[in-house]
Amino acid sequence: MATEPALARSPKTWDETKTTTCYMCACRCGIKVYLKDGSITYIEGNRDHPVNKGVICGKGAAGIKQHTSPSRLSKPLLRVGERGAGEFKEIEWDEALSLATQWLGDVRKTDPKKLAFFTGRDQSQGLTGWWATQFGTPNYAAHGGFCSVNMAAAGLYTFGGAFWEFGEPDWEHAKYFMLFGVAEDHGSNPIKAGIGKLKKRGAKFVSINPIKTGYSAIADEWVGIRPGTDGLFVGALIHELLAAGEIDAPSLRDFTNSAWLVRDNPGAADHGLFLRGDDGQPLVWNGSKNAPASSADVIEGRSLMGRYSLPDGTKAATSLHLIAERYLDQSWSPEAVEARCGVPAKTIKRIAAELAHHAFREKVELDVPWTDHYGRTHKKMIGRPVAMHAMRGISAHANGFQTCRAIHLLQILLGTIDAPGGFRYKAPYPRPIPPAIKPTGKPGQVFPNEPLPGPPLGFVTSPDDLLIDAEGRPQRIDKAYSWDAPIAAHGMMHMVITNAAKRDPYGIDVLFMYMANMSWNSAMNVPDTMKYLTMKDETTGDYVIPKIIYSDAYASEMVHYADLILPDTTYLERWDCISLLDRPISEADGPADSIRQPVVEPDRDVRPFQTVLLDLGARLHLPGMTTADCKPRYPGGYQDYIVNHERTPGIGPLAGYRGVDGTLSGKGAPNPEQLKRYIENGCHFFHELAPDQKYFKHVNKNYLEWATGFGLIGAPSAVIHQLYCEPLQKFKLAAEGHGPIQPPESHRKRLIEAFDPVPHWYPPFEGEMINEDEFPMHAVTQRPMAMYHAWGSQNQWLRQILGRNWLYIAHQKATSLGIKDGDWVTLTSHHGQIRAQAKLMNGVNPDTVWTWNAIGKRSGTWGLEKGAPESKQGFLLNHLISELLPEREGGYRFSNSDPVTGQAAWYDLRVRLEKATDANGMSAPQFPDLKPLRAAR
Amino acid sequence: MTMLPATTEKKLGLVIDLDTCVGCQACATSCKEWNAQGYSAPLEDEDPRGKDPHGPWLNRIHGYEVLDKTRDDSRIVHFPRSCLHCETPACVTVCPTGASYKRSEDGIVLVNPDTCIGCKLCSWACPYGAREYDVKEGVMRKCTLCVDRIYNENLVEEDRVPACVRACPTSARHYGDLGDPNSAVSLLVKERGGFDLLPEMGYKPTNKYLPPRKRRDQPEEGREALPKSDGSLMDRLFALAESLLSGQAGAR
Amino acid sequence: MNPAYSVIFFTTASGAGYGLLALLGLIGALTGSPLPMLFAFVAIVIALVLITAGLLSSTFHLGHPERAWRALSQWRTSWLSREGVAAILTYPPALLFGLVVSGLYDMPQAIAPLGLITALMAMITVFTTGKIYATLTTIRAWNQPLTVPVYLIFALATGASLALALLALFDYRVGVLSPFAMIALLLAALMKAIYWRGIDRAPRDRTMAAATGLGDGVRQWETPHTTKNFVQREMGFVVARRHAEKLRRIVLALLIIAALAALGADAMPIFAPLVALTSLLAAWAERWLFFAEGEHVVTLFYGNPRA
Repeated sequence: MATEPALARSPKTWDETKTTTCYMCACRCGIKVYLKDGSITYIEGNRDHPVNKGVICGKGAAGIKQHTSPSRLSKPLLRVGERGAGEFKEIEWDEALSLATQWLGDVRKTDPKKLAFFTGRDQSQGLTGWWATQFGTPNYAAHGGFCSVNMAAAGLYTFGGAFWEFGEPDWEHAKYFMLFGVAEDHGSNPIKAGIGKLKKRGAKFVSINPIKTGYSAIADEWVGIRPGTDGLFVGALIHELLAAGEIDAPSLRDFTNSAWLVRDNPGAADHGLFLRGDDGQPLVWNGSKNAPASSADVIEGRSLMGRYSLPDGTKAATSLHLIAERYLDQSWSPEAVEARCGVPAKTIKRIAAELAHHAFREKVELDVPWTDHYGRTHKKMIGRPVAMHAMRGISAHANGFQTCRAIHLLQILLGTIDAPGGFRYKAPYPRPIPPAIKPTGKPGQVFPNEPLPGPPLGFVTSPDDLLIDAEGRPQRIDKAYSWDAPIAAHGMMHMVITNAAKRDPYGIDVLFMYMANMSWNSAMNVPDTMKYLTMKDETTGDYVIPKIIYSDAYASEMVHYADLILPDTTYLERWDCISLLDRPISEADGPADSIRQPVVEPDRDVRPFQTVLLDLGARLHLPGMTTADCKPRYPGGYQDYIVNHERTPGIGPLAGYRGVDGTLSGKGAPNPEQLKRYIENGCHFFHELAPDQKYFKHVNKNYLEWATGFGLIGAPSAVIHQLYCEPLQKFKLAAEGHGPIQPPESHRKRLIEAFDPVPHWYPPFEGEMINEDEFPMHAVTQRPMAMYHAWGSQNQWLRQILGRNWLYIAHQKATSLGIKDGDWVTLTSHHGQIRAQAKLMNGVNPDTVWTWNAIGKRSGTWGLEKGAPESKQGFLLNHLISELLPEREGGYRFSNSDPVTGQAAWYDLRVRLEKATDANGMSAPQFPDLKPLRAAR
Repeated sequence: MTMLPATTEKKLGLVIDLDTCVGCQACATSCKEWNAQGYSAPLEDEDPRGKDPHGPWLNRIHGYEVLDKTRDDSRIVHFPRSCLHCETPACVTVCPTGASYKRSEDGIVLVNPDTCIGCKLCSWACPYGAREYDVKEGVMRKCTLCVDRIYNENLVEEDRVPACVRACPTSARHYGDLGDPNSAVSLLVKERGGFDLLPEMGYKPTNKYLPPRKRRDQPEEGREALPKSDGSLMDRLFALAESLLSGQAGAR
Repeated sequence: MNPAYSVIFFTTASGAGYGLLALLGLIGALTGSPLPMLFAFVAIVIALVLITAGLLSSTFHLGHPERAWRALSQWRTSWLSREGVAAILTYPPALLFGLVVSGLYDMPQAIAPLGLITALMAMITVFTTGKIYATLTTIRAWNQPLTVPVYLIFALATGASLALALLALFDYRVGVLSPFAMIALLLAALMKAIYWRGIDRAPRDRTMAAATGLGDGVRQWETPHTTKNFVQREMGFVVARRHAEKLRRIVLALLIIAALAALGADAMPIFAPLVALTSLLAAWAERWLFFAEGEHVVTLFYGNPRA
């Protein structure tokens, strides 16, 4: 018998490895890149990285094919034909930058707000937002408005943190985990790893989701809820817990505004506002003395419940009393909500009982003494091991803000926020509720050749903060911070093109976008968006949106609609910083940030967008980007800025290795060796909190003091959870006619309904405004776990896994409509119609259809060949979704968004499903082929 | 060569936890990625930007839906499938050239790409679809259990595991010696009732699968519902205030 | 299984070639005397050309034809390797037999032993070919007791049909060949019919439930990739039941026509080419069906509930 072939046991197929940060999605894992002869051969997770601790996902491991994709752009392009015709000529960078400087300079010296600068999956919002401020335009935002703002805002206005990357479940201690909503998440690998840990420990995992795929596939219990009704389900849980007295009284009393007194003076301008003492401190009712007292003075003696009359005759109730009055009402009982949300009352009751059991009978105790902000020392950290997390399924509804508030209310009633086993903050959170940054862009804040007095985005607390003129008209092109969407903390990118084309509230001169596929899968109402982008002014013959500058690394659909294209590098060819000033990557155990370093040099004539932006800033002589003698302030590009920029003295984009010798963290002078130190540390920085700082951070004295010193927060003040949200009441009062700043009549009703200071539920608007019998079903999308929107789905490996999508329908529903597996079906909304191929399954709410997001491509884009399944069989639900709601009385069309935050309400979509009569083996609509751009080498 | 070793010193293989796999494809793309530069390089695809992109992948993730008719429940199961490194693999014995072999050291089933003639008979003999033909190179490809990683002294010790195991974010994949009854993987198989695929075919797969756990959506004793008074809103408010005052709230 | 034309051509052509060779060898072994030189020469050449063309076509579908020689090494375990060895070992006796039976080399005493060896080797080669398929437990329709006998009888029947046609071409009569061919063709039809009945009755007891271990309620939800992979292309071929039934009837009809024509061929040589044509057509269709109806166990992972 022959011997086995000799096999090299230790082949070395690489010469070196370099660390950097992944960009295949928003998760930002640490990666280790293997190189051979200067080419990338392999990418794996970095074991030392705080985010992913060595693992990688399906996207991350396909990064090589993203980096070498033939759809990469290779040189600046200038449009030469009609917009959208795909006629471009290659130009040199000098010409491109001169042209951009000219276009932008013309705007800045006349009316800076005529620049709309919107970035999509931008991970450098610290820079781009600052650039917009220096330019002087309020018209800036990233894609949060159509992605996550309901999650962020609801959390930041309730407990000073949020789902998504502002916190995470305590995977080590949770015994009961509830996951709300469809879609893969920003915390892609941490959530997977966390669920793996829960499974190993035998914790119970409950998924509340109309669709039983992905994480929900391995849940111990699936609650197949009807889309948009999660708030009712959560409300019924709260009803059950309150009715049984199963709430965490001590934490509610000490660490929330439950006991704060709310003025009861219906019809008056101060109704529903907190009673405050002369020092501005909210008042509470001292139960032992039966008298009002300052919340600063009385802790244990506070009454949590009750309606009281003060000596001066003022009537008031505690916050918790108002909440209990709402939720103890029979209309919130499980029996009352079961039909509407499609969850049996007995299931709701059982889950409520399980929540109470795990929170109060299975508590976790850590032998770690800690001191609260009152100075009281607790011998142990006592945890309520119930953790929750919510995803886009909650966010992307017109009632998402209030629904998300309700989930936080549930967590706070159970005492689980930042308790062992609960939902934990990640630095820089907790922050004051809401963070003390106001948006700028009011009349009187925008001047030619002047920067804005503050950032474009921030957190409003009353109508005074809105960006409106004396007549109440919106000041931003997207109408964020107007009466249409007062708390639009992330802007409303989904409205920019429509509003600019309609010149409502005004026309713009330059639309400047980065990494946002706004003519395709990131647009609501794709067909009209393409029309708006090419619409011409009848009198001048010029485009209504006269100039469009776009930067992207790939030949996306949006590239075809731009006039000037600034080709970006891939993520492996650039410097970047994942900053605490932007969306953090911190862990619950401590703050973290990271960098990207160029693992290889670009082999094309492309430049990193951030460096280009700083270059443009210098050419435009923007303050902060230009020295006193008119030279570029950061001649070394983005990496120069990352190291040397200081937002406030001592605080820059990166928190690690600061100070001239690199020994300081958080605050410290710029360190010229900072990037080198990061690279030596695997391209990240992580500070682990002391054990007594790791939990109850919102009221943990040692943590708050440490965080102040580190520069995360301005002062070591406790972050008292706001169950009753006073800023919402202020808007509601205005809508009821109080105060000098008044909404238009058309807006009053919806503002009164939406701005309820106690978490509430109302039906999604689209369902409300159309005939539900005509459009009886819900349609939602999910991001497939192995892809990240269009950027990932053109990837040579990933497109083999999902090169097209299907419409998934519940078996029973399909059967009732005579639809079989593989049939072509039409899906009709109030706005449009598409044709798609059906696939039947059981694990979906019977009134819901769904598909994978952003697989469909327009023919001729992304370096894909004609006939690619993405364009022939793939489809988008976007064509069915209007960016505007149907007309209301008076003819005004509100945006299809949450009325509080402006969050795009993608998942409110209502449809009618029928078997297609015109099936031809292709999805519909099919748009004309775009002329492919010249592929990169 | 195609004579199977009577015994192997070890039985290296994988244990895949179907209760934990979320179908993220990390193991599939990591496998493709490692093999595209390692033992199976270059592992290129056909028609990568066109109408019909496909190519050899050594690990694929199936999606099944399992109906439980007894209780009107269904479950999506993500099911990674790769070579099971059988103890008596027919794919090896049918090979006419000896390119396919089972290593006596660790039981790994390999194809020697230098001697494979690309007759594809081994792929016909495998019931598990583990072997995929590489059109560009004219040879058969299969999971190597990352034989070029697991002994590789250029990697730190904890990285000497298959790329799929190294990647898996949910820890649904476990690697070890299934020939050692006391190894962590063997104990896991015992504890969780790990099973073989198509055991009746007699190829004795080394890799094992751990079944999905039972649903936990039925009431447990005493947790059907919380006690609640049937009274009016005022009664309920009063009851809540009482329980808060008495310090009973959340304390039972 | 994907009915690849190279493999169908290989097995039918070399099958007929080996059948013809075996018959010539048998005639030589029985008679011990040379055949007419031109006839013997042409017949042997045709047999060897068919065999060689088949073997070559089977190497063309290899990924590395230049390495085909390696396939001779694993005869201890691999029927494919044994087939290669047997095929090669058949050449020397066949060539020698050709020389002596045609009288090109005058050694009549060698005709009988060489004929016997050639006939045996030819049949052994066909036997190994059949064994390649019959030993694959992954394909129920192949893993049948009749798989190898069917290969053998089809080789003999198509070989006999070719022999008839050749005799007719040279205007020779060998009275015994007509009934032999007829019997072989009828036997082929009969055995194939029994084979089909067998595979139709064999329980499809391998299930997706067993393959996945997920129980009876399992069904495919998503394939691993949205475009077909090698396994699906190679092993996922499905022939419509109706289509298969029709083809089966055609195969049987062709065999019966060939058998009847074979019976008449002795009296009316004009029928002889018809026998060859119809039997080869039948063999081709039978072989296509053999592959197309070969349902592979791996399909259980790709949506097929039973195999």
